[in-house]
Amino acid sequence: MSLLEVNDLCIEFPSRHGIAVAVKGVSFTVEKGEVLGLVGESGAGKSTVGNAIIDLLSAPGRVAGGKVTLSEETISGLSSEDIRKVRGRRIGFIFQDPMTSLNPLLTIETQLTETIIENLGFNGKQAFERAIEMLKSVGIPEPELRIKQYPHQFSGGMRQRVVIAIALAGEPELIIADEPTTALDVSIQSQILDLIRTLCKEREVGCVFVTHDMGVIANVTDRVAVMYMGELVELGTTEQILQRPEHPYTQSLISAVPRTDVKLHRFPRVEYIEKAETKAIDVKNHWLGQREDFGELKGDALLGGKTLLDVKNVELKFETQSAFFKKNRKYVTASDNVTFQIKDGETFGLVGESGSGKSTIARVIAGLYKPDAGSIEFAGRDITHLSERERMPFRRQIQMVFQNPYSSMNARMTVNDIIAEPIRFHKLAESEQKIRQITADLLDHVGLGQKSGIKYPHEFSGGQRQRISIARALATRPRFLICDEPTSALDVSVQAQILNLLKDLQDELGLTMLFISHDLPVIRQMCDRVGVMRYGTLVEVEETEKLFETPQHEYSRKLIELMPRVDQLSRAGLDIEEHREPALA
Amino acid sequence: MLLFLFRRLMQGLVVMFVISLISFSIQDNLGDPLREMVGQSVSEAERQQLRDELGLNDPFLTQYGRFITKAVQGDLGTSYFFKEPALDVILGKMPATLELVFAATLIIIIISVPAGVYCAIRPNSMLTRAILGISILGISVPVFLTAIFSIYLFSIELGWLPSYGRGDQLVPLFARWETGFLTSDGLKHLVLPAVSLASIMLPLFIRLIRSEMVEALSTEYVKFAKAKGLTKTRVYFLHALKNTMLPVITVGGVQIGTMVAYTILTETVFQWPGMGFLFLEAVNRVDTPLIVAYLIVVGGVFVVVNTLVDLIYGLINPTVKLAGGNA
Repeated sequence: MSLLEVNDLCIEFPSRHGIAVAVKGVSFTVEKGEVLGLVGESGAGKSTVGNAIIDLLSAPGRVAGGKVTLSEETISGLSSEDIRKVRGRRIGFIFQDPMTSLNPLLTIETQLTETIIENLGFNGKQAFERAIEMLKSVGIPEPELRIKQYPHQFSGGMRQRVVIAIALAGEPELIIADEPTTALDVSIQSQILDLIRTLCKEREVGCVFVTHDMGVIANVTDRVAVMYMGELVELGTTEQILQRPEHPYTQSLISAVPRTDVKLHRFPRVEYIEKAETKAIDVKNHWLGQREDFGELKGDALLGGKTLLDVKNVELKFETQSAFFKKNRKYVTASDNVTFQIKDGETFGLVGESGSGKSTIARVIAGLYKPDAGSIEFAGRDITHLSERERMPFRRQIQMVFQNPYSSMNARMTVNDIIAEPIRFHKLAESEQKIRQITADLLDHVGLGQKSGIKYPHEFSGGQRQRISIARALATRPRFLICDEPTSALDVSVQAQILNLLKDLQDELGLTMLFISHDLPVIRQMCDRVGVMRYGTLVEVEETEKLFETPQHEYSRKLIELMPRVDQLSRAGLDIEEHREPALA
Repeated sequence: MLLFLFRRLMQGLVVMFVISLISFSIQDNLGDPLREMVGQSVSEAERQQLRDELGLNDPFLTQYGRFITKAVQGDLGTSYFFKEPALDVILGKMPATLELVFAATLIIIIISVPAGVYCAIRPNSMLTRAILGISILGISVPVFLTAIFSIYLFSIELGWLPSYGRGDQLVPLFARWETGFLTSDGLKHLVLPAVSLASIMLPLFIRLIRSEMVEALSTEYVKFAKAKGLTKTRVYFLHALKNTMLPVITVGGVQIGTMVAYTILTETVFQWPGMGFLFLEAVNRVDTPLIVAYLIVVGGVFVVVNTLVDLIYGLINPTVKLAGGNA
């Protein structure tokens, strides 16, 4: 008999407009000591399944049918008091964000011992000893000291260890982990994944591992269940799913995963993704192609090879503690002597973990922060200390695409107005009619269709919004585009489309790009050269392929080693780049 | 901690200085103090002489300079009517007001916390709807109406409770503090004024606690607490309620300070011998030193209450460092 059996589970969310079925007839089993991956994109219903097992669906969701058994005992449809006794004691739960899943006002001791006392019936002293033991087993140094502290005194990775300790404190038979590493940096992610896997194997605990990340799946799971729109479309061993996916959705999902082993020319076009037909524009004759005032580089702008952006010894400190006396003030160095050049027409990547100063550099280049020292030269001109008026033409030429497509657009403006605003502001077109024509062309070009111009941002999905952001950035006819984590809020299949779009645009318009990401596989797919950042310093700058094959700096080597590997992924139908193309296609 | 208190003291001094300046500068617009002090028969020449003696004819800055020099030494002027130091008069009336505010605060806490938590936990029950409906009514009805209506019902028609004053069975505590908390007669006198005073703030607190609790219940750590297998009681009353109370303490502290000011209406209706009643009388008598002293004392109460609130907040919330730059 299996440890956990889920049979024909159906979950629905009743609302004013009728009943939305979130999960349709899902069945799977988990054995003792086995890690089952539950994978799918947002809206697939994978987290809903995890929550439904322990009856923690958010209102108004309800289980409409099916049966869940744990060690041959039915746990679906129990009274709220009976299911409470299953939670913690028999099924442990790990949530996605360790920053929010611990109560900020209670010490780690309170939060850990209350679980032990409730589930194992220990007295206070036994529970305390047990808690120390648990913290040790998840690798928290000096547990006697740390247990008295509050969550905010722990880093993200340490907090997730505490969450795991709490989840295991009641000696459960099964753990449900809902995206447990999504909010963490790669180096911490690999430690946490190792920890979960080891603990499951050692203690013979079954695990349902919910994630959207194929790299994580490849590293931690024994078997994988793939979900799409509330249905379980394929279930098999991890090896089979990754190498020989059978269902077309699984195939398309796998082909959209940014690869770590080879560079693709373009991600394959696949079904099962929101439809987007891009319409090509004849750039030579179109407004978008007629760029102006490029300074001394005008004319040979498309020849490539020359340095467009020169970042010289940039330093920037932020004050973290203010004080009356200068010597008492504390600073954090966000950027320390950073120097690199970006050639005209190339895509330069900046990679690093959170807090490494990648975004700070982007903002310095865009003129949003003033550096304390050093300079930024754009097309041969120092733009570090320009006045607002002098900076205006450079603002037009340097555009940014931000990480979060939900917060970077004014919700009260139509898409037409959002895209037209920079054109109007910089007075780039003669007439309102011309502006409307340009806006419509841009929308066609990024694959949204000109009809979507009259809608408002909230009517679009995350991927579509990111297309709007890109269209807006293109509206000033920029020559330099800064993309700050443009796809990290998006699903893989949508990410693949956005990355394809960026590559297409670059080829057609000859854009130069600074591409910032913490995601190494994405960097490999997008960039010609890469800079690796850590604690505000640039530790290595190298051509992408060289960096991934033979990293020089110790830190780059570590990053690349820790990157979840998906080498064994199926290569069917991929458009692999045989030889690295020159900087400009 | 010490640095925090020092900073607060400094900020408090600035606030007190501004209050004194404002209250002192409006006193000329309150009327002629001499009209109330002396009879009709006093001649204009004598009035001028009296004005000179009182220093009312000096330039504003001279008057203010004189006032502030004395104020720093604890002398806020002498009441024209009582012929006593204004500060002593006010401090003599303060216990009555503080007891009233304290009783009202107790009523607010005892009712609003359970009611607010209940409304958050059972959003769809009939009782929740009733509580929220009545609270809207409570916000809209002015305090003097509540007071007059409750006097009519409980004192006149039913005869259960006295309608005015503090009664005559007060127990002296120390100095000039006489308390009504220790005798049943004193407590009976306290009921109607305290309930009326509480009625303005109570709906606000219920709604505040309800919305903060709803917010706390939707957080990940409450969901995680449930997933740990904890009982509902512990999830609601430890994990959720503690986080609910943080914003409630901040807003609540300011509101309780405001309540000291609201007592003017309540004390007048119930003839409660406190500071608010005294202030109204002082305005009628154009007793400017007393008015100025009252404004300064109430300002001081505000500053003290706010500092206490911030201290308590710092004790509950471990992420706040009291010495921090933004304190």
